[in-house]
Amino acid sequence: MAREIGPVILDLKNLSLSFGGVKALTDVSFDVCEHEIRAIIGPNGAGKSSMLNVINGVYRPQEGEIVLRGGHFTNMTPYRAAIAGFARTFQNIALFKGMSVLDNIMTGRNLKMKCSLLQQAFWFGPARREELAHRARVEEIIDFLEIQHIRKTPVGRLPYGLQKRVDLGRALAMEPRILLLDEPMAGMNVEEKQDMSRFILDVNDQFGTTIVLIEHDMGVVMDLSDRVVVLDYGRKIGDGTPDEVRANPEVIKAYLGASH
Amino acid sequence: MIYRENGHFKTSYAADRQIFPIPQDRWAILAILAFAFAGVPLLADEYLFRAILIPFLILSLAALGVNLLVGYCGQITLGAGAFMAIGAYAAYNFMIRIDDMPLLAALLLGGLASAAIGIVFGTPSLRVRGLYLAVATLAAQFFWDWAFLRIKWFTDYSPSGSVSIANLHVFGWKIDSPLDKYLLCLAVLTLFALLAKNLVRGAIGRQWMAIRDMDVAAEVIGIRPMYAKLSAFAVSSFFLGVAGALWGFIHLGSWEPAAFSIDRSLQLLFMVIIGGLGSIMGSFFGAAFIVILPIFLNQFLPWLGGLVGLGISTAAVSHAEFMIFGALIVFFLIVEPHGLARLWSTAKEKLRLWPFPH
Amino acid sequence: MAFFLETLIAGLMVGMLYSLVALGFVLIFKASGVFNFAQGAMVLFAALAMARFSEWIPGWLGIESLFLANLLAFAITALIMFAVAWLIERLVLRHLVNQEGATLLMATLGIAYFMEGVGQTAFGSDIYEINVGMPKDPVLVLQNVFEGGVLVSKEDLIAALIAALLVAALALFFQKTGTGRALRAVADDHQAAQSIGIPLNRIWVIVWCVAGIVAIVAGIIWGSKLGVQFSLVTVALRALPVVILGGLTSVPGAIIGGLIIGVGEKLSEVYLGPLVGGGIEIWFAYMLALVFLLFRPQGLFGEKIIDRV
Repeated sequence: MAREIGPVILDLKNLSLSFGGVKALTDVSFDVCEHEIRAIIGPNGAGKSSMLNVINGVYRPQEGEIVLRGGHFTNMTPYRAAIAGFARTFQNIALFKGMSVLDNIMTGRNLKMKCSLLQQAFWFGPARREELAHRARVEEIIDFLEIQHIRKTPVGRLPYGLQKRVDLGRALAMEPRILLLDEPMAGMNVEEKQDMSRFILDVNDQFGTTIVLIEHDMGVVMDLSDRVVVLDYGRKIGDGTPDEVRANPEVIKAYLGASH
Repeated sequence: MIYRENGHFKTSYAADRQIFPIPQDRWAILAILAFAFAGVPLLADEYLFRAILIPFLILSLAALGVNLLVGYCGQITLGAGAFMAIGAYAAYNFMIRIDDMPLLAALLLGGLASAAIGIVFGTPSLRVRGLYLAVATLAAQFFWDWAFLRIKWFTDYSPSGSVSIANLHVFGWKIDSPLDKYLLCLAVLTLFALLAKNLVRGAIGRQWMAIRDMDVAAEVIGIRPMYAKLSAFAVSSFFLGVAGALWGFIHLGSWEPAAFSIDRSLQLLFMVIIGGLGSIMGSFFGAAFIVILPIFLNQFLPWLGGLVGLGISTAAVSHAEFMIFGALIVFFLIVEPHGLARLWSTAKEKLRLWPFPH
Repeated sequence: MAFFLETLIAGLMVGMLYSLVALGFVLIFKASGVFNFAQGAMVLFAALAMARFSEWIPGWLGIESLFLANLLAFAITALIMFAVAWLIERLVLRHLVNQEGATLLMATLGIAYFMEGVGQTAFGSDIYEINVGMPKDPVLVLQNVFEGGVLVSKEDLIAALIAALLVAALALFFQKTGTGRALRAVADDHQAAQSIGIPLNRIWVIVWCVAGIVAIVAGIIWGSKLGVQFSLVTVALRALPVVILGGLTSVPGAIIGGLIIGVGEKLSEVYLGPLVGGGIEIWFAYMLALVFLLFRPQGLFGEKIIDRV
């Protein structure tokens, strides 16, 4: 591959998160380098989704900090995370059900659209130009994901696999520096998984986007990712290249040797 | 056969984002507008203007405002009437306290005042969701009901509590006859409907719908809930304020706070439910339906009663109105939660395929 | 001081009535996720039925005794309210399972309109009286503590006692009986409750019947105080702030919220009202609840919601 893995751009330091008495994350630290594909794996309830939620500010950790390109964030909010260049997809698809595929992806351009409410109300002039310019960009993403034929369909009517693709499209529309993917292949059949893997690799390759992903399918994880973090019961039990992680005795124990 | 998209290829994104992408629709809407501006004045009599057309136009405008907030942004409001009242009383005060205040400016200022207060009463939406918010909006309703009744300054110390404005004119055009009033309301409504459509098809409309459909995801892609929600409250209140000012100035002539009571708020909510949540067209359908229904029942029920030899009193008619109203709302929610607008688009869909349904 | 106490006690007694109506809201919301805007219409409907039957029954059956007539009227009204509950489940709720809260709220608005129409068509739309023999004269209490004592309306006192009893009974019913447990299960999760064999439809009929009883009692109390008339529907509107203050899902919240609103309303009316022109009761409660919500969005006792994505 042509891409080159750069320096650390995201450094997570000693994150702890709990809900009431339940500890979701305990003192977890790891870093993410520019342009790499970083996977988070672990058994159910290991705190993987909580980890992503902490990174982009949906949950606020009780302890620890997030260092992004030298900037320190102790209280990240989803909005700040979006401005800082994070985009994400969701485990249980969180698309806007009442809107078409096109509009869903257009919402991803939101941060880049600057026209005021008044300009939009009168439409002609700047608002129209802006809308059309972004429409062109969104059409590129639609082409990239091969979903041209459904662009006017309300997302609620789409099958699961396509919804996942639209979810990715919306995240891509934000032109993120770092893309967080929460189980992008959950519930897909083999063919759909292959498609999704190809999109993820292409995104990483063509746009140089750094990717942090959670995935259950070990085959996919080991093939795609450059480095892997393993969580269990909210603690980090392994970190390294796929091969290193595969050889880690603690990881094997956590999975009962069931890595395939 | 005739009504279809085939053969009309879009060659630019601009063409694809038109309000009415199908040419027949564009012609139809132009024809309707032309008829409304030129045809109706020739045909309608005074009763039609006063009892149906003018209320329909103004309530359509109000319903549009409610629909922007409830249908597009998903924030339920039970206090829409209060914002009509704010618009009406604010415009009234601008008219009487400032010499030579132009009518249109007063309407706009009324709307702006309503928008500002809408933002204040919208702030709970940042913390409170769904049903709690619905109840919270009642606070606005009851507070302003009270304020316009008890704070005499608002009504210019009028002893009866009712206020009125005389000598309305726009750029030298005297708004006097029902026809003048009709044309003014029609012009305002046409403009505002266009603005509303522009908003909901643009970036801000997508923000509102994103908040409505999935607020956590919306925040993650960089939509600020505060801006989206409060702007929806502001725009909605602005529409309601202008509608309220028109209702007071043009339709009623002289009015009391009771004109904008909670019943008005609920009526507006029904309009958007029956017409179709999240549909500009639906607001018109809903308003038409609710304006015409009581008039129809008033004529029809006594006639029906006479047919079977029963005298039906006006009280009975108004009770029957309640029942039919209630039943229709439940019926719509069960059978067609998307309202008349959905029936309309289903019909269009069918027409597009006709005569080959497969 | 005595005057303050009088106001406070009057507030507590009104508050008890609010608690009662609020409990009607909470029960239905817990069991079916429906925010029942028709509660006010049910109160009006029940009060109208009660007033008219107690007026008609002596003529129909030749009964002299006021007590017996009232008892019969109560029984008939209760039967009617049960029928209403059954019809609402059959014709409306059953078809709206798993719909959003907003849709259900609007459906109950439809029900409210319908019942207001039916009630007034069937029972008339004038002002009627309910006479259940409530004493109208006030009593003086605490004469040995304060000079002049504290003046308390006997009627309000009895009403508050009845309301308190009913509230206690409902709270017990909800916490201790098998049906109550089933209700709570349904409240937690419709589908899960169904899957362990709790009949959802029957549970809904039961809660609406309970709400019907609450409506009758509230209707009688308010009806005998103010006369049975259309404005009774606003009783429910006044109890709404109680529900959001206490939390939509909390029985103790409804009780304590009712008392807070009752007292707040009376105190504000007496001490704040004259400064701003009076009549502030109706919005003061809402503002109180609203300000409170800003700090605790889930209400006093409601459950905190954690978003999962």
